[in-house]
Amino acid sequence: MINIVWAIVFILVAPVVGGLVAGIDRKITAHMQGRVGPSILQPFYDVGKLFEKEQTVVNETQIFYAICYVIFMIFTGALFFAGGDLLLVVFALTLAQIFLVLGAFAANSPYSYVGAERELLQIMAYEPMVILTAVGMFVATKSFNVSDIASSTTPVILLIPGIFLGFLYVLTIKLRKSPFDISTSHHAHQEIVKGVTTEFSGPSLGLIEITHWYETVFLLGFVYLFFGFNPLIGVVAVIIVYLLEILIDNTNARVKWQLVVKSSWLIAAIVGMVNLAALYYLSGGVP
Amino acid sequence: MQLAQLLIFLILFPLIAAFFLFLAKKDMERALIVKLSALAIAIVSVYLLISTYNKGALLVSVIPAEPTGILMFIFEMLIAVFILYLGIVHKKWLVVALILVQSVAMLWFELVYAHSVHVQSNLFIDEFSNIMALIIGIIGCLICVYSLGYMKFFHEHHPEMPDRRPWFFAILFVFLAAMFGLVFSNNILWVYFFWEVTTLCSFLLIGYTKTEEATTNAFNALWMNLLGGVAFAGAIIYLAMFGNGIMGLDALLASGKVIALIPAALIGFAGLTKAAQLPFSSWLVGAMVAPTPVSALLHSSTMVKAGVYILVRLAPIFQATFTGYMLAMVGALTFLIASGIAISQSNAKRVLAYSTIANLGLIVACAGIGTYEAIWAAILLIVFHAVSKSLLFLSVGTVEHRIKSREIDDMNGLIVRMPKIAAMMVIGIAGMFLAPFGMLISKWAAIRAFIDVPYGFLFVVILAFGSAITLFFWAKWMGKIITVTSDSKNIEGEVDHSEWAALVSLAGLSFITTLVFPLLSTKLLEPFLMTNYGHVAQLSQDNIIIMILMLLLLVILPLSILIPQRKHKHVAPYMGGRTTTHDMRFSGSLGVQKKTVLSNYYLHEYFGETKLRTAGVWICSAVIGVMFIATVLRGVIL
Repeated sequence: MINIVWAIVFILVAPVVGGLVAGIDRKITAHMQGRVGPSILQPFYDVGKLFEKEQTVVNETQIFYAICYVIFMIFTGALFFAGGDLLLVVFALTLAQIFLVLGAFAANSPYSYVGAERELLQIMAYEPMVILTAVGMFVATKSFNVSDIASSTTPVILLIPGIFLGFLYVLTIKLRKSPFDISTSHHAHQEIVKGVTTEFSGPSLGLIEITHWYETVFLLGFVYLFFGFNPLIGVVAVIIVYLLEILIDNTNARVKWQLVVKSSWLIAAIVGMVNLAALYYLSGGVP
Repeated sequence: MQLAQLLIFLILFPLIAAFFLFLAKKDMERALIVKLSALAIAIVSVYLLISTYNKGALLVSVIPAEPTGILMFIFEMLIAVFILYLGIVHKKWLVVALILVQSVAMLWFELVYAHSVHVQSNLFIDEFSNIMALIIGIIGCLICVYSLGYMKFFHEHHPEMPDRRPWFFAILFVFLAAMFGLVFSNNILWVYFFWEVTTLCSFLLIGYTKTEEATTNAFNALWMNLLGGVAFAGAIIYLAMFGNGIMGLDALLASGKVIALIPAALIGFAGLTKAAQLPFSSWLVGAMVAPTPVSALLHSSTMVKAGVYILVRLAPIFQATFTGYMLAMVGALTFLIASGIAISQSNAKRVLAYSTIANLGLIVACAGIGTYEAIWAAILLIVFHAVSKSLLFLSVGTVEHRIKSREIDDMNGLIVRMPKIAAMMVIGIAGMFLAPFGMLISKWAAIRAFIDVPYGFLFVVILAFGSAITLFFWAKWMGKIITVTSDSKNIEGEVDHSEWAALVSLAGLSFITTLVFPLLSTKLLEPFLMTNYGHVAQLSQDNIIIMILMLLLLVILPLSILIPQRKHKHVAPYMGGRTTTHDMRFSGSLGVQKKTVLSNYYLHEYFGETKLRTAGVWICSAVIGVMFIATVLRGVIL
């Protein structure tokens, strides 16, 4: 069931793909804003430069949390691509995310502190929808294993379209895109300096950037699962979804955290309830 | 015969210890008695597991029902008179009314029906009872040992409180005895007797300090639990009238839903009161006035666990009935609402209290659903919750004695000020909500159990929201503890060795239970489920390996701190360009020195205690009402 080869492929290839996605993202964003934009390799140059800088810290524990964040994010993605249990993947993702939050708390700095609290609010906002997505996929394919879901011939997207839309909604939070980039942002316009990453600099910030690449690839893999019945449609769908995220990012102003939590919860409750109820009804009550 | 002796030892030995503790006036004597008895009880409860291992459910019929039954009845009446007296003295008329109703009911039963009831085996042991006995015997005893150090410190620093430690320790051990009795009894009358003893013990312990608040809260706990007791007595009378003389748990479970559902619903209601489910949650929150070891005991190994124990026992009756679904709904809503309230709490003990209520809610939800998968999840939750919650309470107690506060915001930078205890606390918190620790495995199991039942998606949705909320309040607490305040001094000092022993053992147990959980599942839970349900639930091999891998990573990664590294350049946190001293002081606009103070989010506007609790009380009361109406109607129709 668990396929180690895929895990290793993920560990080696994901940062390259993730970095390229980030580069293309910046290029398209620049064009949307009427700029030429940097080379699509720019994210690699940026991270390379971060690693050349001197490591400054508020205290040493920050580095420990940053390392844990990377390791568990890689673990999450590797488990996902190896075909592991989807719920366990979700829990591992939470564990990774908590390490980033702890790193921000550890610095005892007002900006990173507010960022940490907001990051927790974000996790609280997206977590129900992510769990319900995993459950929806189980009800649709009768398995929690990513390997089974990905190779299932069932058109998952047709069975859980509501859950797919709900997942897209929280995906914006996970990718740190406007209007939901409340805890830290890639944009120049900031509210709380750099939020959770305020006190990270040099190599440790570079690590967090690489983690974000891993996470992006993992999340796009998650989107693919909805279309696993046809790989071609799957890949096209993933590209369209990401382009849509870029469009939303560039056409929306950041909102308050209250709206993020309320709207994500409302959507999770409605689509979760309605779509799961419909599935149960279709499958005649007990699956 | 040997088995009977073991069971009787576990029930009676704590009573003997209690008697001597009541007489012991010196610290030395008390410490000796507590430690030796705790050791003996823990060893015997482990030995019990070994000697009954792989033998399934064993009934013990050598103990005669009479005169034991008469003795118990006399004790019950004595307890009733005692409570009646206290109720009248303190003018708590609700308590008086409830104890009168209950005693009259039991008196009536004793006079009219007692002779027609016949139970073949009064005591029994199976895998589930074994697990409960281990929780009571090991965790309960560790808490008693911890209390030695805590209570000494408590009375040294509260000279205004009357020092009634002999009384306190005696009650602790009576409590343990009653819990052992409860989980070993097959005769429902015996279960009821021990049930009432736990109610009394918790009442006495909550009111230990005799302050006005303590007395009020103790009576609050008393009336709610007596209400449960009345329902329990109702179940006994119902069984006597319509149950063909059934009075054994085994017979009740075998009797089919037509007979068993109404008494099971009544006992289930008693379970809800004891497990502090909404609308009865306030007694457990009020119980916080008691010394911290009492809270630890009530929350982890006794009292509330008695409530969920009986619900899990009766789960086969609830399975696939409307009554069961309603019961599960009360639990699920309690899980959601209590978790929400925990966000708004700044007092560490209140956060722990609401988290206990929430987790018990999840157990109740599993018991109400009652399928083999759900019961698997429920028992795992009972085990892991007991370990992590006792660890958390005890570490909060130790911290409280040093920083003189229970506020989470005052625990800022605890990792610098008290590194060892802070580490214990972090392990406890991680155990409550992070993968791969036990509580998360159990939640995972609960999700899978809920998916497989009709209408289960409702419970899945509630669980998804509840666990997201849970994550928020635990993570922000953990963040407070691990914040590094570089100017703070280490004020840990000498931690009392008995406190320390208990803390380290419990922290070790958090890891060990997570590591040996596959064994626990295959050797104890699966045989239990096989006997009672004919199915087994388990995790796949791959998932177990992955979780052990995660656990190892979590153990190894912190060790990386030991690797010598080159020193990095240290800078002050960014303060918007202001010049800031290293202890986070800066000049305000009028040149006044200000100190930066960071506080958690409590989101009162959305998760305010009053608002949520009021809503919860009404909704859950309504659900319980519907449960009873539907159960009775079903009884009438059938």
